[in-house]
Amino acid sequence: MFPAAFDYIAPGALDEVLSLLGQHGDDAKVLAGGQSLIPLLKLRFAAPVIVIDIGRVDGLEGISRENGHVRIGARTRHRDVESATDLRGTLDVLLDAAPLISDPLIRNMGTVGGSICHADPAGDWGAVMLAVGAEFVVKSAGEERVLPAAGFFQGPFTTGLQSNEVMTEIRIPVGSGKSGGTYLKLERKVGDFASVAAAVHIVLGGDGRVASAGIGLCAVGAHSIKATAAEAALVGQEPTDDVIAAAARLAGDAAEPKADIRGSAEYKRDVARVFVQRGLHTAIDRAQGAAA
Amino acid sequence: MAVETAEATEAARQAMGGIGVSLARKEDARFIHGQGHYVDDVVLPGMLHMVIVRSPHAHARIKGIDSTAAMAIPGVVAVVTGELLAQHKLAWMPTLSGDTQAVLATDKVRFQGQEVACVIAETKYIAEDAAALVSVDYEPLQAITSPQQAIAPGAIVIRDEKEGQTDNKIYHWEAGDKDATDAAFARAAKVVSLETFYPRCHPAPLETCGCVADLDPVTGNATIYMTSQAPHAHRTLFAIVAGLPEEKIRIISPDLGGGFGNKVPIYPGYVVATAASLLIGRPVKWIEDRTDNLISTGFARDYYMDGSVAIDENGKFIGLRVNLLSDNGAFFADAQPSKFKAGLFHIVTGSYDIPAAHIVANGAYTNKAPGGVAYRCSFRVTEASYFIERLVESAAVELGQDPVTIRLNNFIQPEAFPYQSASGFEYDSGDYPRAMQVALDMLGYDELRKEQAEKRAKGELMGIGVASFTEVVGAGKGKDYDIAGLRMFDSAELRVHPTGKAILKLGVKSQGQGHETTFAQIVAEELGIPASDVEVREGDTDNTPFGLGTYASRSTPVGGAATAMVSRKLRDKGKLIAAHLFEADVADIEFARGKYNVKGSPDNVKTIQDIAFAAYTNLPDGLEAGLEGVTYYDPPNMTYPFGTYLVVVDIDKGTGQVKVRRVVAVDDCGVRINPMIVEGQIHGGLTEGFAIAFMELITFDDEGNCIGSNFMDYLIPTAWETPRFELGQTVTPSPHHPIGAKGIGESATVGSPAAFVNAVIDALSHLGITNIDMPLTSDKVWAALRSKGVTE
Ligand SMILES: Cc1cc2nc3c(=O)[nH]c(=O)nc-3n(C[C@H](O)[C@H](O)[C@H](O)COP(=O)(O)OP(=O)(O)OC[C@H]3O[C@@H](n4cnc5c(N)ncnc54)[C@H](O)[C@@H]3O)c2cc1C
Repeated sequence: MFPAAFDYIAPGALDEVLSLLGQHGDDAKVLAGGQSLIPLLKLRFAAPVIVIDIGRVDGLEGISRENGHVRIGARTRHRDVESATDLRGTLDVLLDAAPLISDPLIRNMGTVGGSICHADPAGDWGAVMLAVGAEFVVKSAGEERVLPAAGFFQGPFTTGLQSNEVMTEIRIPVGSGKSGGTYLKLERKVGDFASVAAAVHIVLGGDGRVASAGIGLCAVGAHSIKATAAEAALVGQEPTDDVIAAAARLAGDAAEPKADIRGSAEYKRDVARVFVQRGLHTAIDRAQGAAA
Repeated sequence: MAVETAEATEAARQAMGGIGVSLARKEDARFIHGQGHYVDDVVLPGMLHMVIVRSPHAHARIKGIDSTAAMAIPGVVAVVTGELLAQHKLAWMPTLSGDTQAVLATDKVRFQGQEVACVIAETKYIAEDAAALVSVDYEPLQAITSPQQAIAPGAIVIRDEKEGQTDNKIYHWEAGDKDATDAAFARAAKVVSLETFYPRCHPAPLETCGCVADLDPVTGNATIYMTSQAPHAHRTLFAIVAGLPEEKIRIISPDLGGGFGNKVPIYPGYVVATAASLLIGRPVKWIEDRTDNLISTGFARDYYMDGSVAIDENGKFIGLRVNLLSDNGAFFADAQPSKFKAGLFHIVTGSYDIPAAHIVANGAYTNKAPGGVAYRCSFRVTEASYFIERLVESAAVELGQDPVTIRLNNFIQPEAFPYQSASGFEYDSGDYPRAMQVALDMLGYDELRKEQAEKRAKGELMGIGVASFTEVVGAGKGKDYDIAGLRMFDSAELRVHPTGKAILKLGVKSQGQGHETTFAQIVAEELGIPASDVEVREGDTDNTPFGLGTYASRSTPVGGAATAMVSRKLRDKGKLIAAHLFEADVADIEFARGKYNVKGSPDNVKTIQDIAFAAYTNLPDGLEAGLEGVTYYDPPNMTYPFGTYLVVVDIDKGTGQVKVRRVVAVDDCGVRINPMIVEGQIHGGLTEGFAIAFMELITFDDEGNCIGSNFMDYLIPTAWETPRFELGQTVTPSPHHPIGAKGIGESATVGSPAAFVNAVIDALSHLGITNIDMPLTSDKVWAALRSKGVTE
């Protein structure tokens, strides 16, 4: 468990990071919290020539509200989301997901942006970001792009991010309706990645019908999955038990799990269904109880 | 004489720290302050580092090894291969079970992770870089991943290098009486059967294995710092394997970060590091990483068991039949007494009065890591206990009886001890119904059964699991029990210095059990020297008497007995000195709690400290100076700890997750020396039992790739998932042990898995679900429910 030799640099400015990335391309790796990259280095699954630590770059951390968005700096630690209790009522799903990510040691170090860029199909933030309809701000030398979460996750550890780009911010739109959400995760022990997890985020209209629905699934496919058919089955509907059960079945159908040591494909698909069903009930109860 | 108040007596008892006092552990200060001293803390001048190149294949022929690229890296000192070792007759070594094991593979690799070459370099980084460059040309062969596959006709022969070995069978072993058992089954009113698998798991001590071998080229002295639960046995085996003169070998096993059986065998890494130090003339350090430890060192269990109990018309068990097939991996390197090919599995009659039993055991080679060790279990007692307790659960279900009632009806009764079991053990003492009753009362069993019925009516799943285990621990006696010929006695050497402070040296070796405290307490009890004045030393073969080491819960039963006996020896010598000081007859000297007096004058005392001083300053003529002794204790029998464990679970129908609501554990380990340490041992064992029942698993895919090779895949529980434990006790002393103690290190690992599994089965049996093999992961429970049409 010793990594191969590499160069290490920790620039103080984003421009410097971007120019180094432009220069080294695929030979470089950005280091954020290190909770995925360092294990990969130690197992020698990754052997970059240079590791560029973004830990000293200002302005990449923090959670704020602006222009109908919640903005999360890419280097914001999981732990900081966990303690952002003022998100309760607006983005329940973030608050419920954060404490389920691994254990406190990992949460103190790991970053939201790092998790999204790493794109582990079993990473929790991917499903959450799909459920809340987040956008990702990514920069390269001289260019900035804003990528929607939907479509960003393309395969295991594969995203729409280019090798010369750094993610700087996550933007989550927050509307004015009553919202509620939650995150359910099946893990084998604390600190484990999900066997199956589901993120649910619901906005109710003034008429009590579902105004918008976001459902993200974790660890049941090659990448985080947005359960679009299930979402569509909810929008405009009164959230009855039958409507919820039908949507949950569609979410289960959207899962593309593979059998492994954690269970059969049928098992994972059914747990996805059960979690979405339970999650929708909680989300709707919360939204109904919430002040607009 | 002043009238002693109850408080003063209690204060004196605490200050002495004898038997029954929950003395804070003497060793904890250094551990809590991060000042423990482990093998990896050993740094010697000129020390080199060794890394092992391991096989990626489970079964492959080696066509060539090219180490040129590795050797070309600056700082690489040597690349050791099997071929090089063969020149020194060290390519193969004997195992604890009388088989042979490759030190470094020469002809074939036989499991994934097998040791193929070793790189020795100036730093560990360099060694790792070079190891990645050792190129081995493999010709993959078909891998055999189960013992059933292994013994099927026509299976590829794994051990084709062994003369006369034409198949993959290792041993055939039987215990009990076949004819008597057949007769019992012939007259049975009912026969209940169970087929179950106790999967492979791993002791996974937090400190992995490793060593620093330091062979002095000038003196020829070999000092080997080693993660060893049995340093003396290892020294002797080193002398035999490596042909080193034994008086020049010194094994030092410093603080151990857990062992659980994993540090009983001798591993190839130790042998190569030692050989390399000898050849190079510099110290060589080898420390496993987590994956090395999980994929190549002593695993546990991997037993396929099926059997039946014959029951008469009154519901009494009259016969037991068990067949087992063990998966021993590529080399038969199990750690167990040599005469017993399946360890002490024949304790399988458990806590029940079963007049006839017959056990048939077969072992097979597979392409998996070797070295079946008893993971916190006395030589396969865990598998046996699991089987009988699961079979009794099945019998309860089939007979429609409460699992408590069926046990009470069949227990060996308290007046039946010493009890001769059908498979050949003599149980020393026990009171099984009482332990059961204490557990039932603690749990509130009847209330919970009512709750279960109400829940069941609503379609909710709740279960109560029962297990009443009996263990057999503390081997010898030496005549019947030996490892590689070394008889299983143990030793204690006690030296009291002139100021009355003592050093106790033992042949056993703590891995976290608290020996420095417990054994000092035995001396305090027997000799009246406060436990705080007794320093306990273990692990250095130059400075401790020969012993067989710590495993199979044998330290207190054997090493503890030796400690009591040597203390008594010194106590008797003290009488001679006291008689001299009092100018009285020895026959008139009395001793109690560290004080000697002449009969009839209890107020005029000489303390043990006075006596110790006199032993060096004022001796009677003709008496040898000093207050020092050594005892080698060969136990007349083993001890038989027992208990009842009760578990309550709730099951989530939607996900199959099992939530353990309560665990009540009533243990009887005879006399408890340090009750706090005993409870700590039970907590640890229950945690591991819980983990084995629900989480821990080493498994393999069809190609023999090991799944479970790091702590993301090999799941050990944290405080978060571990249930809360409610402990109770009964005390039935062992009649043959000097202080009545039985050993507690392993009871909970032995007894609890069946209780956890029985609880789940109890929740599901009304649906027709009778068995799920461990670990009871949520997907397996879900699949069982789904097979019966249950869903959320
Ligand atoms: C034991 C353990 C358990 C874990 N359990 C969970 C779990 O239950 N759920 C879960 O979701 N995660 C889990 N993780 C992963 C953890 O959440 C990581 O923190 C996260 O995946 C990566 O974030 P990081 O900041 O540590 O990124 P790093 O490890 O520093 O980087 C990860 C990857 O992302 C790239 N990267 C990082 N930041 C940026 C950026 N701003 N722009 C562009 N590229 C970037 C890096 O180049 C690298 O390729 C676990 C990790 C460990 C070690």
